[in-house]
Amino acid sequence: MDQQYLDGNALAGPLAEIFAADITTADARCGGCGRTGPVATLRVYGRAPGLVARCPGCDEVLLRFVRGPDAAWLDLRGMVHLRIALPS
Amino acid sequence: MRLTVQRVPDGEVSPYLTGVLAPGDPIEVRGPVGGWFVWRPTDSRPVLLVAGGSGIVPLMAMVRARRAAGSRVPFRLIYSVRTPAERYYADELGRSTIQGDAGVDVSHVYTRAAPDDWPRQPHRIGIADINSGGWPPEFEPSSFVCGSTGFVETVADILVALGHDPRRVKTERFGPTGG
Repeated sequence: MDQQYLDGNALAGPLAEIFAADITTADARCGGCGRTGPVATLRVYGRAPGLVARCPGCDEVLLRFVRGPDAAWLDLRGMVHLRIALPS
Repeated sequence: MRLTVQRVPDGEVSPYLTGVLAPGDPIEVRGPVGGWFVWRPTDSRPVLLVAGGSGIVPLMAMVRARRAAGSRVPFRLIYSVRTPAERYYADELGRSTIQGDAGVDVSHVYTRAAPDDWPRQPHRIGIADINSGGWPPEFEPSSFVCGSTGFVETVADILVALGHDPRRVKTERFGPTGG
């Protein structure tokens, strides 16, 4: 994809409404190529309220997020797992 | 809290923020959000900040946080702008005598027009600018790059090519209007 994109940092605001922890610093494993890295390093396309985050390695969609008037939709099917660091 | 706003002629928000919003108007604020593109005074690694145009804004916040914390961590800032007139925070960055800013080195790259006595012709940021304005990779610095997508890609690639660990090169892209 050649169009302009933002970093996964751009997800911090929208996701702060639905996650208690900061997801942008969590490590996501791509279901396409296996690349593992912080959500902040994904490539974010689209404009709010619809955002798509792709793997910087293989372009696979890891995350889709839509903020509707009375609900948020989150699709994480492209992501194998998320590892969220927590205080020990 | 201070906001710096770049007015984009056909923008959705900036014309309102710069033209309509007035002192005393109430604003609702949420955050801060996002823990990735963040510098903490507890990190003692030297820091490289590379800004393209309005990308200087979050990096200036780091310079000010360093000053407020009384930190002595060495900072180097490379600021790429089109012309000297388009620099943000020109007064603040130009004065090396600001209390607490000892240890912040600033270098400029001009892409369209440079001052008369500038040693180099206007040019897009390249390896030489990063090499001389930044830290050697052996210092294992934390690098923060902010600007438009093209600028950030170019600089991040140069840093990695020079031998910097990609995990210590953090980026914040502004999108096409970022400078």
